Amino acid sequence: MISDFLERLFLGQDVTTSRDDVKSRLKIVLAHDRANLSPELMESMRREILEVVSRYVEIDTEGLNFSLESDQRATALIANLPIRRIKFEADAPPLSESGIELPAVPDEPTQSFPDQPERTSTDPRSPANPDIDLSL
Amino acid sequence: MGRIIVITSGKGGVGKTTCSANLGMALAKLNHSVALIDADFGLRNLDLLLGLENRVVYTALEVLAGQCRLEQALVKDKRLHDLVLLPAAQNRNKDAVTPEQMKQLAYALTKKYDFVLIDCPAGIEMGFQNAIAAADEALIVTTPEISAVRDADRVVGLLEAHHVKTINLIVNRIRPAMVQANDMMSVQDVQEILAIPLIGMIPDDEQVIVATNRGEPLVLSENFSLSGMALQNIAQRIEGKDIDFLDLDAPYDTLFSRLRRFFKR
Repeated sequence: MISDFLERLFLGQDVTTSRDDVKSRLKIVLAHDRANLSPELMESMRREILEVVSRYVEIDTEGLNFSLESDQRATALIANLPIRRIKFEADAPPLSESGIELPAVPDEPTQSFPDQPERTSTDPRSPANPDIDLSL
Repeated sequence: MGRIIVITSGKGGVGKTTCSANLGMALAKLNHSVALIDADFGLRNLDLLLGLENRVVYTALEVLAGQCRLEQALVKDKRLHDLVLLPAAQNRNKDAVTPEQMKQLAYALTKKYDFVLIDCPAGIEMGFQNAIAAADEALIVTTPEISAVRDADRVVGLLEAHHVKTINLIVNRIRPAMVQANDMMSVQDVQEILAIPLIGMIPDDEQVIVATNRGEPLVLSENFSLSGMALQNIAQRIEGKDIDFLDLDAPYDTLFSRLRRFFKR
């Protein structure tokens, strides 16, 4: 306990406590439990979302983050896709070709999604919120 | 009409039966009539925790088979006259009864008793389905451990799917010193993750083992420990009283721990 204490005293906040560890592990595992999505489904969803987004912007694959999070019994898909470069109009294929109805894309694509997970509609315990792009 | 409350957890060994026995006794001490149903067919233990094992004659199964009347199967506690136990059969398994039959038993008991507490078995299979079939309310017992919280979350989902509207959380076996050292989730951590209302927190206590050894639930003794008080408070909150939560951290809020928290910031 003393060495632990000294470690924290000198290393500051770099040392995570087991309490922080268990909380973050639980949040991830519960988000998956609640959404009831298989890893294969997550993977194929991830691939497709990346495909669509890459059509418009160049994504930095290094800092990519794609996870399910849970808050107040609602599950949200959190995708953090760092943008390296915005492709020019000409690079982007017209929407009609893709056959997918997409909501209007803002001029400046945001580099990250809100910290606060949004309510989703697949979770039967949470109210639906139709305003969000990437919610499950 | 009495209230039917199921005590459940998903994971085994987190203190469901201990909570059932103590809350039943505590409610009876508060002058309510209480019927405890052991829904753990094949692995019954509630009779042991209540110290009533020698007086079990008939079980729920004999009642359902028409071999005895419901009243004959009820084991009456001699210490608290308003407390009865409906034992589970020990020589059968969980498939011996159906959710419909459990409903019949529980509804029949609500006519005479203020509270019908159902001690649910571990797991989410048939025994669980039976135990929750009749319940209007549920108490989820969990400990601040990852596996117990995960299972509790699953059970909350299943209860909501079964339209059990009132679900409250009991966090059991807290070790305040470990929470202070950031080596255990706090009650608030667990409550935030599960996102259901908290009705009680019980500290880890060796006296629970002593009480189990004797078959005398904690709340029965005159000068009970902190955990006994925590259970007594839960019973009063079930009654609808607004009782403050115990400050479990107080004995551990020393100068050293304060200094440590200060440096950690």
